[in-house]
Amino acid sequence: MTIRESLVHIIFSYLATIGFAVTLNIPRKALNVCGLIGVLGWMTYKVFYLWHSGMVLASLVAALVIGIFSFIAAKVKQMPMVLFNVPSLVPLVPGGQAYRAVYYFAFKDDEMALRYLVEAAMIAGALALGFFLAELLTQFYYKFSQSHKV
Amino acid sequence: MQAKKHTLTVEKGELLLETTLLAGKIMIENGADMARVDDTLKRIAQNSEITTPEIFETTTGIMMSIPGHNAQVKAIARRQIDLERIAMVNEISRAYQAKQVDLTQMHEYLKNLDKSAPDFKLIWLILGAGTVGATLEIMYGGSWSDLLPTFLISALGYYVFYAINTRFKVKFASEFLAALVIGLCALFAVKFRLGQDYGMIIIGSVMPLVPGVPLTNAVRDLLAGHILSGSARVVEALLTAVALGMGIACVLRFWKLGGL
Repeated sequence: MTIRESLVHIIFSYLATIGFAVTLNIPRKALNVCGLIGVLGWMTYKVFYLWHSGMVLASLVAALVIGIFSFIAAKVKQMPMVLFNVPSLVPLVPGGQAYRAVYYFAFKDDEMALRYLVEAAMIAGALALGFFLAELLTQFYYKFSQSHKV
Repeated sequence: MQAKKHTLTVEKGELLLETTLLAGKIMIENGADMARVDDTLKRIAQNSEITTPEIFETTTGIMMSIPGHNAQVKAIARRQIDLERIAMVNEISRAYQAKQVDLTQMHEYLKNLDKSAPDFKLIWLILGAGTVGATLEIMYGGSWSDLLPTFLISALGYYVFYAINTRFKVKFASEFLAALVIGLCALFAVKFRLGQDYGMIIIGSVMPLVPGVPLTNAVRDLLAGHILSGSARVVEALLTAVALGMGIACVLRFWKLGGL
């Protein structure tokens, strides 16, 4: 990626996250942090994707990053985590794959359609797994911080 | 061993049940995950010196009982997404924990919050949806000349979704019709040479309608052991996705059939 392309991706992922956050009616003081987490998630995805890790692994790592930073933001801002991780996730949703699956189903090319459907399902699963890992890490954090308090 | 005597009077117990259930109703109605609802409701009860509240919540209703009182049920008929209200319930529950407000004040606050019309400023929602569509179209590798058509079509699609959702009570019809409108507009835009690639325009324009909240919450619910709510949300997200896909598929199919 050239510097110009990277800048476009950073600015646009920020705008996309904030745009989706507005449609979910997120409190104004959470908007900026939301956008920053969205940029982090999307750039993580892009970097891993350009390292030829494949879409699925890149999505997993990006979801993990979003989950961890959303947890930190929720802790610092004392707000529910759902405010931060839902808008940030939007650029990673496999909309392109889902569209192509629908496209090929509509034109009776079932083989291609199933290929894209499986790809979309795998990316969605990877996003879920990324959140799962982030959740596990936060649980560990709670255990760790509690055992040190006592 | 004799059970520890609870200190709440009947009136206070009723008020506590009502307040807690109302808080839960607002949170679930507006898209909170069950672990958070559970946590918040238990906190409210525990801050009122009830150590063993029993709360059972699903996406369509909550049941709660505290020792020495009749259990109460609250049904949840509608679901929408308004994350600001979840944050507001969160804040008032924190204020209650810090003893800045008492139970009666919290009950009043929640009642007003529940009754108040959602302060959706439609123009902002539409602008937000347009921004999502246009920016994602570029991020997914679309051309710059499709930026403006995608912005307009995704804004229009979101408006259709919003208008149908607020007027009719049929779930998933709004997604389907919005997808129809988006598909038709994208194909016409390309036909009249206002856009280049209808595929990229459609992908971008559909993105503001993806079921992000049910999907994210489904994962968290399933992991937290709320199997019932989790699977309900998986189904909700799948149905939304299928409605969107059906809309697009219909347009593509009839477009080909019509030979346009």
